Amino acid sequence: MSETALRVQNLGKKYHLGATRQVAVNLRDQIARLSLRGLLKYAERVEKRPTFWALKDVSFEIKRGEVVGVIGGNGAGKSTLLKILSQITEPTKGWAEIHGRVGSLLEVGTGFNPELTGRENIFLNGAILGMRRREIIRKFDEIVEFAEVERFLDTAVKHYSSGMHTKLAFSVAAHLEPEILIVDEVLAVGDSNFQRKCLNKMEAVSGAGRTVLFVSHNMATVLRLCPRCIMLHQGQVLADGPSEEVTRTYLQSGLGMTAVREWTDPVLAPGNHVARLVSVRVLDEAGANTATMEIQSAVGVELTFDALEPGHVLVPSVRIFNEGTVCLFHGQDNEPEWCRKPRPRGRYQCTMWIPGNFLAEGVFTACAGLATLVPEKLHFYEPDAISFQVVDRMLPGGTRGDFQGNYPGVVRPKLKWTTEPLGAPPQR
Amino acid sequence: MNSPATDGSGSTTPLSSRLSTQVKRIQPSAGWRALDLGQLVAYHELLFFLMWRDIMIRYRQTAVGVAWVLLQPLLTMAVFSVFFGRLGQMPSNGLPYPLFVLTGLLPWQLFAFALNHASNSLVLEQRLITKVYFPRLIVPVASVLAGVVDFCVTFVLVLLAILWFGIRPSLAILTVPLLVFILLCAALAVGLWLATLNVQYRDVRYAIPFLTQFWMFLTPVAYPANLVPPAYRAWYGLNPMTGVVEGFRWALLGAEPPDWRMMAVSAGVVAVLLTSSLIYFRRMEQTFADVI
Repeated sequence: MSETALRVQNLGKKYHLGATRQVAVNLRDQIARLSLRGLLKYAERVEKRPTFWALKDVSFEIKRGEVVGVIGGNGAGKSTLLKILSQITEPTKGWAEIHGRVGSLLEVGTGFNPELTGRENIFLNGAILGMRRREIIRKFDEIVEFAEVERFLDTAVKHYSSGMHTKLAFSVAAHLEPEILIVDEVLAVGDSNFQRKCLNKMEAVSGAGRTVLFVSHNMATVLRLCPRCIMLHQGQVLADGPSEEVTRTYLQSGLGMTAVREWTDPVLAPGNHVARLVSVRVLDEAGANTATMEIQSAVGVELTFDALEPGHVLVPSVRIFNEGTVCLFHGQDNEPEWCRKPRPRGRYQCTMWIPGNFLAEGVFTACAGLATLVPEKLHFYEPDAISFQVVDRMLPGGTRGDFQGNYPGVVRPKLKWTTEPLGAPPQR
Repeated sequence: MNSPATDGSGSTTPLSSRLSTQVKRIQPSAGWRALDLGQLVAYHELLFFLMWRDIMIRYRQTAVGVAWVLLQPLLTMAVFSVFFGRLGQMPSNGLPYPLFVLTGLLPWQLFAFALNHASNSLVLEQRLITKVYFPRLIVPVASVLAGVVDFCVTFVLVLLAILWFGIRPSLAILTVPLLVFILLCAALAVGLWLATLNVQYRDVRYAIPFLTQFWMFLTPVAYPANLVPPAYRAWYGLNPMTGVVEGFRWALLGAEPPDWRMMAVSAGVVAVLLTSSLIYFRRMEQTFADVI
């Protein structure tokens, strides 16, 4: 089966900066422009408006049954591409050809109405996503079971917890069965159990011979779901090929790395009424904030958080994952300074130090958490809070020594070797 | 119980049996586009669901619920009867003034509701418009049609009131569907213009309450059309709601038949407005997601 499912040729999308705000302020301005001079002036201003190409000369072809990942940093043009392919917005240049019915999922729960019940929303949302009424009726039980909301089916969605809300929304979407499925970063929903379930569902969908175009920031997900990957940068295709290669290119380019994350808006910050995350940074041995580490350098992961309610024992923790989403380790602060001691209200900054010559080369992500251990309560857990890469420039004194090849292992600790000379080998 | 890995695959039927061969080409559109009725038909279920949602949520979490459908015209009728009928001594062509107003309010409130809803519909659905593809025309059309259910309830109330006043409607009552159709076309036409403008200029939202109020006084709801001097009648017919409201009184109360020339002018105006609004809508449609 090597039929074309999707073909994109020189696709481009130009946006006028400030198109809605600066030029067309209100109707009065528009009416004032109705004089000839006004019109000429207007045309001139429109011409001079700053523009930028969100997508520029993008070409690729996807065969039927292929599952392709689209990666790239913020503003790379991923969403614009998906919006054009979903026919939500028009391209400025070029064309795309789609062979078959398209279902796109740019957001989970679009059109959910808080006043309606779960049951009603399943129908409404299904129809919005392009499902037929009969199709929804047929899959209804399956959707409900997948979402784990049987008991609340006839409760208005506004009374749902946010977790239940996303679960229901996702399971409607997950039961969409188009020939070509276009998915934006929507798997990052719900708790980790549900995320796993969604991934399995996605795998089943792609396994059933559907063509899937899938945008994600999570390299592990891309690697798991998509054999092929397209990397966008500033609206252009920078790489297109097997996912292992493209994700490596992407990670090594440093485009996807975030050495610091700050939550300036307390509403959006991870946390609860007890504690809230303020920032996470990655530091090198000298204390500088950088995303690229020498393999010899110690790596510090620094957490800043606010303890909002006094009197809680708070244990910060950090988990380090590698590109293959293997959790290398989980570190938590058991230092006697705050161990088992309730903290007064205040802002705290703690740093976990990973010794130099311990991590392997590659890209790592750190997840930041804060918990009370007895009784167990998680105050926040921020997956993929930051990411950084470790490079080995083969400086003397490293674990690698003189070996230039592919050095195996998920960690690369510098271990002590001892040797005892035992004299001459026995004679035969 | 299925494991997570298998509960997904169970639902995904093999594709090979129903692969479609349709090819869709996406490219910059050049200027004016024809109305794609096929798309509207293909999405009729979504139209139905949006309408259904509008109806379902309208009176949720209200104490008297659907009774609002009846309270609105009844309260307005009471106010008008006191101020225009009793205090203002407004003529009503020999009919009981409350009944006269009620039959005027019946079409007027449907029109005002449909116009208001359609004009705000696109902006209200901006999440949908920026995240999902469907023919955009469905949104204003659904909001216009959503008013019909309320209308039917009120219609029964008005019929009962008519019978209670001892009036026996003639066969002319059969023209009501036609009048409602003209009314809905008029509401859709103006609503489409305003909804499209509203995407770019939110001024529209503030202008609509004034527009509807002003328009009501230009329509013979609280007064009979023959109060307008004959010299202005032709102009008066430019307001499509004039013919509709007069038509309702004729159909339900057996009042004097409307001026058919005026009706023809009204229908012509509706046709022109509707055509132009559809053209404008189709022209602007592709920019909605970028501008809204």
